[in-house]
Amino acid sequence: MLLGTPFHPRTAALCGSRRWRNWSGYAAALSYEPGHEYEYYAVRSGAALFDISPLRKYEVTGPDAAALVDRVVTRSTLDCPVGRVLYTPWCDEAGKLIDDGTVQRLSPDTFRITAADPCLRWFQDCALGMDATVRDISLDLAALALQGPTSRDILARLVTGADIAELPYFALTECHIGAAPVTITRTGYTGDLGYEIWLAPEHALAAWDALIETGRGYGIAPTGLDALDVARIEAGLLLKEVDYVSSWTALIESRKSSPYEAGLGWTVQPRPSRDFVGQRALKREAANPSQWALAGVEADWPGIEKRFAAVGLPPLVAGRASRDAVPIYAGAARKGGRAVRQIGYITSATFSPILKKYIALATIRRDFAEPGSPIEVELTVEFVRHRVPARVVPTPFFDPARKRG
Amino acid sequence: MTRKYDVIVIGGGHNGLVHAAYLARAGLDVCVLEQRPLVGGATVTEEIFPGFRYSVFSYVVSLMRPDIIRELDLPRHGLAILPLESTLTPLPDGDRLYRDADHHRTWREIARFSIRDAEAYNEYGRSLFYMARAVKHLLGIAPPDPARLGPRDIRGLLGLARHFLDLEPDQLHMLVKLMTMSAADFVDEWFETDVLKATLSASGIIGTFLGPRSPGTAYVLLHHYMGEIDGHFRAWGFAKGGTGAVANAIASAAREAGAEIRTDAPVARALVKNGRVNGVALANGDELHASVVSSSLDPHRTFLDLVDEDALPDDLLSAVRAYRFRGSSGKVNLALDAAPDFTCMPGHGPHLRGAVSISPSIDYLERAYDDARYGDFSREPYIDIVIPSAIDPAMAPPGKHVMSCFVQYAPYELREGTWDEKREAFGDTVVDTLARYIPNIRDIILHRQVVTPLDIERTTGLTQGNIFQGELTPSQLFFLRPAAGYAGYRTPVRGYYQCGSGTHPGGGIMGAPGKLAAGRVLADLQRGLGRRRGRISTSGPGRRGR
Repeated sequence: MLLGTPFHPRTAALCGSRRWRNWSGYAAALSYEPGHEYEYYAVRSGAALFDISPLRKYEVTGPDAAALVDRVVTRSTLDCPVGRVLYTPWCDEAGKLIDDGTVQRLSPDTFRITAADPCLRWFQDCALGMDATVRDISLDLAALALQGPTSRDILARLVTGADIAELPYFALTECHIGAAPVTITRTGYTGDLGYEIWLAPEHALAAWDALIETGRGYGIAPTGLDALDVARIEAGLLLKEVDYVSSWTALIESRKSSPYEAGLGWTVQPRPSRDFVGQRALKREAANPSQWALAGVEADWPGIEKRFAAVGLPPLVAGRASRDAVPIYAGAARKGGRAVRQIGYITSATFSPILKKYIALATIRRDFAEPGSPIEVELTVEFVRHRVPARVVPTPFFDPARKRG
Repeated sequence: MTRKYDVIVIGGGHNGLVHAAYLARAGLDVCVLEQRPLVGGATVTEEIFPGFRYSVFSYVVSLMRPDIIRELDLPRHGLAILPLESTLTPLPDGDRLYRDADHHRTWREIARFSIRDAEAYNEYGRSLFYMARAVKHLLGIAPPDPARLGPRDIRGLLGLARHFLDLEPDQLHMLVKLMTMSAADFVDEWFETDVLKATLSASGIIGTFLGPRSPGTAYVLLHHYMGEIDGHFRAWGFAKGGTGAVANAIASAAREAGAEIRTDAPVARALVKNGRVNGVALANGDELHASVVSSSLDPHRTFLDLVDEDALPDDLLSAVRAYRFRGSSGKVNLALDAAPDFTCMPGHGPHLRGAVSISPSIDYLERAYDDARYGDFSREPYIDIVIPSAIDPAMAPPGKHVMSCFVQYAPYELREGTWDEKREAFGDTVVDTLARYIPNIRDIILHRQVVTPLDIERTTGLTQGNIFQGELTPSQLFFLRPAAGYAGYRTPVRGYYQCGSGTHPGGGIMGAPGKLAAGRVLADLQRGLGRRRGRISTSGPGRRGR
């Protein structure tokens, strides 16, 4: 049985497609209209409104709150100023990824952490010997994401008590939407200009209505997870259990990933004084790098077209993002022909409507992870498998200046 | 009347039938002798009350080895296992703990009591998956004996060592804990919610005369987690047609392979001459001859009842006398006029298709055990309930139900009186307990069958009514089952084998003892009886041509 989020009375009425996905036990719209194309363009040219309430949220308070958060996550948070937000993963003692999310510093002694899956026990157990309290506030906070070029204008008109126009990338502010006290963070999962709004469930519907009402002139559209999936791949953002497997769900060791292997090496910030969980293992890995790496992959469009044209079809790869693993090959010149071997696999792929390219996030051998490396990806056309040329490219694939500006 | 077979199998329970099926498929002339008019032993479905079909004794399936299902092609012989997806634990205050295949709902349900427990529950399940994966190997091999160290034992032990060295250190530690701890202590390391701990540790007391706080019960808990359906560990199911359908499918496979199955044919004793078995004498005086006789009966019957004591060494005799049966459970089967209405989950719902566990707290279970320790049945017993008719409509007339209640504790040895005197009082206690959670239960009972440990013993022959042919505690497992030095399915009497749940890897509708013992018999025949070599195939599907 799926539950409705605090926004369900509105989202259910709007979800004409009747397409829902189970997101942590809640019904989450895949798309409100039968197809997600319009919603996708809301992200890139207007403002997309997502119900992200099923995220797990935790509050860390107490004199040692900062020390606890700093012990748990890979990014150093001791120096994180109040009002800042950090994206960071966290690891087990073996340095393998558990989950990832954002850390908001609301006051010197108050943090809020978002997570994809339940982590209360882990955070509490990590607090052993510390004067810090961790609470699961998932049900106490409803959440919306407003993402897209006009999102700032909508909020600027709507919000009282803060100057949204001046809110920097990855900063937060406490303010009001109508009578509702809200926290607004300049964060998101689309790689565009965008904000996330955190508020008590009892204010959910009023805030939704106000956003829709004000957003009408700015191209606001309730948007589902299908469009989000395309946008987040364009932004090069990982999805837990798709682009990496949590060490808590991986049944075998080889499925686990370190931050380095998942392209999150930049979040690993060793502390000189007190280790974070997994620091020692990650130090060893840094000295002796893993053979796996995350890479952006761009498939050669003419190559795809050619394979489809050969059977008389247009390229049928547009549409929804794919979460099916697809093999990646590399060929080596050898005497007497080419030896082809699998060097990795695509974890998420999509046709990017804004880039007009077929792009993918992939896990591949480190020697092939440098941008420009020529590789081949598997493509199935009319039940026959082919290999088409592709190359490694940097991520994010799409990175508009407005995201940070 | 005499007739000569290659192999006679004593007992037509599921292990005897599996044993016979494998031997018949290898080309041997096999006869199964079952004392009752129907096959199955404790794995039977009977229409005790017209229109209502009871799985009289065993009631759920999970441990049945997938290799046996595949090799004997049991689905073709009618085996269908329907999923049993949920567990409801009603509480006396009207609350409940309900867990089912909806991962998130189960999370929320446990989180009502403790968010930490809801999170630990996933990790617990994963850890037991590793344990079941580690132990699964043991289920498929004859137990090597570290004290003997013959070539086969050394090979077996090396294989085991390799297997266990592959485990992560924390997994190995956990396995040792499972072999030594009590179920309550084991789940205590994970959880704080009493009702969750009680229901999980209840798996650790089934079929044993031990409480959840008794050391050794953690293993029994693992034993119940080793079940596998379609490749998924921990899955429990319900055999369409009741558990008797499992026995019937195996019997059909055995017959197709050429085995003869005689019912109403109780065996009085095995015929032993010069340390060799050469057949059996039936209770009616008939003698049947065979150079191999396999007993699927429990160790007590196999060694103390069927064979003269002078044919057996003293150490075996004393070990079997000390072997613990201690039947501790009974069954109450109910025919119901309507669906039971639970206070904690009123009306119809998916909870009726799952198990219902009367195990509100660890103390409740321990108190139930306290009564039994001093020779009384529990005044408030642990009850494991399934409603087969909610899963399989063929079990009862439309709109009506059968309800199977496994009840513990019901000690075989009563302090006062006899089970014949106390049978109905025991049944009343069970119904009174049910009524605390199912207010309409008394109004809808059309028929009640109370099965005491004494009834289990009388009907099936299981000594003291122990459903596993002896407790599944670590001291009676693996190379110690049924006795040190006698765990390899052979016996000191040449040609006389044991193939029941009293041998490794033990009880439950698993079939592994029957299959592993068949492997032993075939290997011995191939080695020892050269003249048969042409006829025995240990691998091929071979239907015996005659």
